[in-house]
Amino acid sequence: MADQGDVITVRGLVKRYGPVEAVRGIDLDVHRGEIFGFLGPNGAGKSTTISILCTLVEKTAGSATVAGWDVARHPQEVRSRIGLVFQDPSLDNQLTARQNLYFHALAYGVPRRQRSERIRAALAMVGLEDRADVQVITYSGGMKRRLEIARGVLHHPEVLFLDEPTIGLDPQTRATVWDHLREIRAQTGTTIFMTTHYMEEAEWCDRIAVIDHGRIVALGTPDELKDQMGGDVVVVTTSDNDRAAEQITSRMGAAVTSDDGTLRVEVANGPEFVPQLVRELDVEVKTVTVRRPSLDDVFLKLTGRAIRDEEVDSAGALHRAMAQRWQGGRR
Amino acid sequence: MSNATASSPVVEQGASPAALSSASIRVRVPFWQSVFIIWYRDILRFTRDRARLIGSLAQPILFLVVFGVGLSSAFGAGSGVLPPHTTYLEFMFPGVIGMTVLMTSIFSAMQIVWDREFGFLREILVAPIDRSAVAVGKALSGASQAMIGGIIMLIFAPIVGVRLSVLGVFEMLALLLLLAVSLSAFGIAIASRMRSMQGFQVVMNFLMMPMLFLSGALFPLKGLPTWMAVLTRFDPVTYAIAPVRVSLFSNSGYPAPFINAAQVTIGSYTLPLLLDVGIVAVIGVTVLGLAIAQLRKRD
Repeated sequence: MADQGDVITVRGLVKRYGPVEAVRGIDLDVHRGEIFGFLGPNGAGKSTTISILCTLVEKTAGSATVAGWDVARHPQEVRSRIGLVFQDPSLDNQLTARQNLYFHALAYGVPRRQRSERIRAALAMVGLEDRADVQVITYSGGMKRRLEIARGVLHHPEVLFLDEPTIGLDPQTRATVWDHLREIRAQTGTTIFMTTHYMEEAEWCDRIAVIDHGRIVALGTPDELKDQMGGDVVVVTTSDNDRAAEQITSRMGAAVTSDDGTLRVEVANGPEFVPQLVRELDVEVKTVTVRRPSLDDVFLKLTGRAIRDEEVDSAGALHRAMAQRWQGGRR
Repeated sequence: MSNATASSPVVEQGASPAALSSASIRVRVPFWQSVFIIWYRDILRFTRDRARLIGSLAQPILFLVVFGVGLSSAFGAGSGVLPPHTTYLEFMFPGVIGMTVLMTSIFSAMQIVWDREFGFLREILVAPIDRSAVAVGKALSGASQAMIGGIIMLIFAPIVGVRLSVLGVFEMLALLLLLAVSLSAFGIAIASRMRSMQGFQVVMNFLMMPMLFLSGALFPLKGLPTWMAVLTRFDPVTYAIAPVRVSLFSNSGYPAPFINAAQVTIGSYTLPLLLDVGIVAVIGVTVLGLAIAQLRKRD
């Protein structure tokens, strides 16, 4: 790509819904051509931020530019330069895949001579050529998502926004979606801005930002964030976890979190901590693992919530979505 | 743009720095192409869905047959409102065509609520096409669907015994188109506020029924009790039905009293047809503006 620079610049972004402050002053720069992961618990302000960047929601204060254009002043210019894949499908189920793409090509001003070739290439990329002329209503969830990704890049956007692009998909389909995303980046240099709940996906991003309570609490490469944690994570199982936890805290002065039958201890030096641990504990130590902090650990430390808890909470997410829709309707 | 917030002191980013890269040179989609896209997609869906077309004709046909035939014997010649040798059924016929257009136009806007429910509305709203093109495209697609319904209803003319003339039919269709666009825009203005199908249906039925019954589509507006006469003159559809009826009848040799029965009067003053059309046009443009404003709103 000719110019490096930043393709998204956000300064002091604030969004209020009545008395509720959903986004509380965000600063963010996304470099051209990177895969940028946007992480945070549900309700942290992820979707609001992405909606502002996509010109769907109006900001309360601050500034945001996407592809060089101010989102509030030049929404049309921004819209023509971004692609979007939403959490919920936004396809016309009654139309075929090809018709959906044709609508998109016309709406985004893809030149007439390039239309059919681009549609063909997009369908080929996501492997839907043989189902191109079938109504979308017959598609599986994974196929729909792939079609949406094909549509999202049909007009060669500078930034492709994806809101939870792999949620609800089986691991195989998730891997396929990621293959497509990497291919798009490699071929066109498109910047990819995505939210995700899956930690292994966050690992695949060039840089990630963690947002909580409407603020950015961490920003950097996955390695940088893990290094920020400092030290090691020691995972222990014992014959009596409760007693062990109490003893680790009182005798060794280390903080313990209990998770699914195991104890997690964050320490400066793991290999030195282990012999000490075995010496100090009265209970039988069954297993000990020393590892570098994962993004899960980072997320847990920053937000106080394990990201895995979030993804299973789909009923809660649905409820929130409905509440949001209702709020949207109220005026 | 109306939504540039004055409260946020954002420094203008100048011309686009991103315009340096060739990928970001964008062709603006012309207004009429945007309108066409919106229209085309709706029509594509419409042609796939014949049940909807048939459904939208069922009610007018029912009215024509049951009301028309049933009341013709009671009404018609001798009632004092319609001249001899004409029937209520004939008089009612253009009204029923108007009714078809009214119902199809307004309910075509349901597509917007449907699109919101199934997410496609977002694909439309994030596209770099102006919201006014969305509103106009939707109004034209609703009008097209309504016109198809109205034209199909014309095949009942010989059955009902209405004499048609080529000129009369064309005049009527032009007037119906104006009505159809206005009513579709009205539907869109309402639908773009609605978050549920049920809500839209309840609101539309609540508004549509009085609009239809007070419009003179189903009975002459002569000799009504004052309170009702006043109400009918406040119904915008009244001013659309009168020219439709007059244009159909006056070109195929119906007697003057029969045509007069179709016209809107206020006191002893008979409104000229151009004034009727003007009223409909003004209201149509207003609701279209309203629909555009609704679609332009951002959360």
